[in-house]
Amino acid sequence: MKLILHIWRQANAAAPGKMMRYEAAGLSEDMSMLEALDVLNEELIARGEEPVAFEHDCREGICGSCGMMINGVAHGPSRATTTCQLTLRHFRDGQELYLEPWRARAFPVLKDLVVDRAAFDRIVAAGGYVSVPTGSAPDGNAIPVPKDDAERAMDAAACIGCGACVAACPNASAALFTGAKITHLALLPQGQPERHERALRMVAQWNLEGFGSCTNIGECEAVCPKGIGVEVIAAMNRDFLAASWAERDRVHAGA
Amino acid sequence: MALESRIPSGSIESRWDRTKFEMKLVNPANKRRHTVIVVGTGLAGGSAAASLGELGYNVKAFCFQDSPRRAHSIAAQGGINAAKNYHNDGDSVFRLFYDTVKGGDFRSRESNVYRLAQLSVNIIDQCVAQGVPFAREYGGTLANRSFGGAQVSRTFYARGQTGQQLLLGAYQALERQVDAGQVTMYPRTEMLDLIVVDGRARGIVTRDLITGKIECHVADAVVLGTGGYGNVYYLSTNAKGSNCTAIWRAHRRGALFANPCFTQIHPTCIPVSGDYQSKLTLMSESLRNDGRIWVPRTGGDKRQPSQIPEDERDYYLERKYPSFGNLVPRDVASRNAKQVCDEGRGVGPGGLGVYLDFADAIRRLGEDKIRERYGNLFEMYERITDENPYKVPMRIYPAIHYTMGGLWVDYYLMSTIPGLFVIGEANFSDHGANRLGASALMQGLCDGYFVLPYTIGDYLAKNRFDRIDPSHPEFRAAEDNVDSMTRRLLSINGTRTVDSFHRELGKLLWDHCGMSRNAQGLELAIGKIQELREQYWCDVKVPGSAADLNQSLEKAGRVADFFELAELMCRDALHRDESCGGHFREEYQTPEGEARRNDDAFSYVAAWEYQGVNHPQALHKEDLAFEYVHPSQRSYK
Repeated sequence: MKLILHIWRQANAAAPGKMMRYEAAGLSEDMSMLEALDVLNEELIARGEEPVAFEHDCREGICGSCGMMINGVAHGPSRATTTCQLTLRHFRDGQELYLEPWRARAFPVLKDLVVDRAAFDRIVAAGGYVSVPTGSAPDGNAIPVPKDDAERAMDAAACIGCGACVAACPNASAALFTGAKITHLALLPQGQPERHERALRMVAQWNLEGFGSCTNIGECEAVCPKGIGVEVIAAMNRDFLAASWAERDRVHAGA
Repeated sequence: MALESRIPSGSIESRWDRTKFEMKLVNPANKRRHTVIVVGTGLAGGSAAASLGELGYNVKAFCFQDSPRRAHSIAAQGGINAAKNYHNDGDSVFRLFYDTVKGGDFRSRESNVYRLAQLSVNIIDQCVAQGVPFAREYGGTLANRSFGGAQVSRTFYARGQTGQQLLLGAYQALERQVDAGQVTMYPRTEMLDLIVVDGRARGIVTRDLITGKIECHVADAVVLGTGGYGNVYYLSTNAKGSNCTAIWRAHRRGALFANPCFTQIHPTCIPVSGDYQSKLTLMSESLRNDGRIWVPRTGGDKRQPSQIPEDERDYYLERKYPSFGNLVPRDVASRNAKQVCDEGRGVGPGGLGVYLDFADAIRRLGEDKIRERYGNLFEMYERITDENPYKVPMRIYPAIHYTMGGLWVDYYLMSTIPGLFVIGEANFSDHGANRLGASALMQGLCDGYFVLPYTIGDYLAKNRFDRIDPSHPEFRAAEDNVDSMTRRLLSINGTRTVDSFHRELGKLLWDHCGMSRNAQGLELAIGKIQELREQYWCDVKVPGSAADLNQSLEKAGRVADFFELAELMCRDALHRDESCGGHFREEYQTPEGEARRNDDAFSYVAAWEYQGVNHPQALHKEDLAFEYVHPSQRSYK
């Protein structure tokens, strides 16, 4: 099978970029989107051209490295699927595809389809954890966790940090990403002591990074490869509000 | 060179406690004066960097990925073992120790394995406290499942994403230290050389993968947690970026490489579907809890699986190993799959596949229960193959998954270069010739959270460290070395891509040093690898420049190292005239086709010393003593 690929080419963060047209032939419908790019790159190298830079690692949908806009949709047309797991079965022979990097001010393009997502790490560093130094933990069964809570925490914890939610959002908001981590930890007894501070700090960091606010559009949920729903945003908003209120009381009490 | 394993004496139960007491400590106020470099941020490196930061050391952590959260530990699916005996089914520290030594086919170090089993219980506690959402029973306690090579339920899990959740726990602990200023994180930075000054590891040379800048980093100790080398085979279940460069370049600087031929073939992977294939996808071993493995009784049976009646199916693992059945260890399961396919009874295109069938389990437990246990794995399978495993059996075939070999380390996890510590899959220590399922996560976290933070303190406390600045001649020399290799790769401008060489190397190795090996094939492979390596250095084509994000250049350096490693793997496999665990030499098998060890001649760790590019490595031996688990022919019948 054959595809016409229009790909965003940009030499580095400072250089201007543009769409370039390529014909990728000799593809098979069992291939993944990234394997199609491998084929194209082998050909480009043979022709003496620079291959297309794109991010990838595990190629099984869990590391969160890969991601690109495919005809305007983050990770392409298949629901709950990362780009590495998107097989060409979803496309027609000869179809034209437009491949672009994630677009967001907080995710500057580094080269071609590669963007800088370090802002996500900084959001996690601002409280996306339980402060439990190595060696200080009680027995694993000391605190029972209701099965439903553990399951819901797992649903939120499934986030792979790929950034599709940001790329799909018209506001380039990091609400789904941040909400997923806040919700995961808020559902577990271990996450309670730092719950308020976590919500305040992580949200503040997200604003600082230049991500937009959430206006309840829901594109993020539609493209999330792990099917994380917008209820994590509602849960985050509730925690943020409660924390802000508690903080206000503390300030008024002169603490 | 005499290998000092520094194994403590005394009863095995007391060894680690006594070692901890006897180790020298670094005064809390002095810890911040020590800089420690940690390379790799997977379960081992991430947990080590976080724990060292908590202790107050000044830590510099490096990973080639864009974020430490993407290290390949993230892809581990099934679970993590711990001797908690929460299920009251007879588990104990000693049993986990026993199973692991036996599972490793008596080629691991008893003291290390015992310590691993002891600390396994602390790992679970730590991870639960971090908020890892492990599976729970209705009463709120932790759930367990069974894994190959064990008859107790001791595997803790978070759906099919256990590695992801454990890694995110370690990553979050790491980010907490970044926030506290204890750890400086260097993502998208690849280690390209180790710097040894006066016989001790004192730093690394790195390349910034965005700008191409070559830099030196000075430290008092260097920790490598850079994972395994399964990608030497090109096709494996490893992430595309997984590589041997950090450990290989340390090997070239004097660290001995132990048991390189001990590689693990995972029995349950999705079969290869075409030449373009870039990687193989694992289906968790946990599927063998409920799936039954079979092939048609007669070769060339082209009927649909549903058309093949029960009495014309061969559930060969259940037939040959009635007590362990489908839960035999990975090496046994893989070899048997190869055997039935070699007999012409394999299924699917090309005949390289066996069925993993859930029909019985679905009948017994209902589709919902199976979905709850394995839903994400079934979805993954369907996405890749376009077949619905709730309706038709999965097709699976073995694939390279893990490497038990790695840099040699002593009981303190220190390599033969003082000050160079190696943890997780990158070292050789705990799994012998075969690793049991759910033990990789256990070892990575055990090394990183609970062993290295102590043992590195002992090293730092016992030595004096002169101030070195990066203008030191050893640093300059290492930097020049990296620079000239980069320039050489870019200047060849030949006709073949890095990937095409890598694919050819991988096929050679898979054919001759894969699931089964023989002397003739290994000798042939050594010659061919040498030829291919020579061709590589005069005909590879690496486009682009050094001062830029250049993924071809990154790969080119890694593949150059894979060539040298591949040759060593074959030499190691050739010298080991026995079969054990994942190393199956066709010349050495029992009449039933099981691995036949030769304990009199080969009960040792083979540690290889680098002698220069065109000279074979020199062999050093560490004899293994079995005081507690007496070597026997492994039997899972």
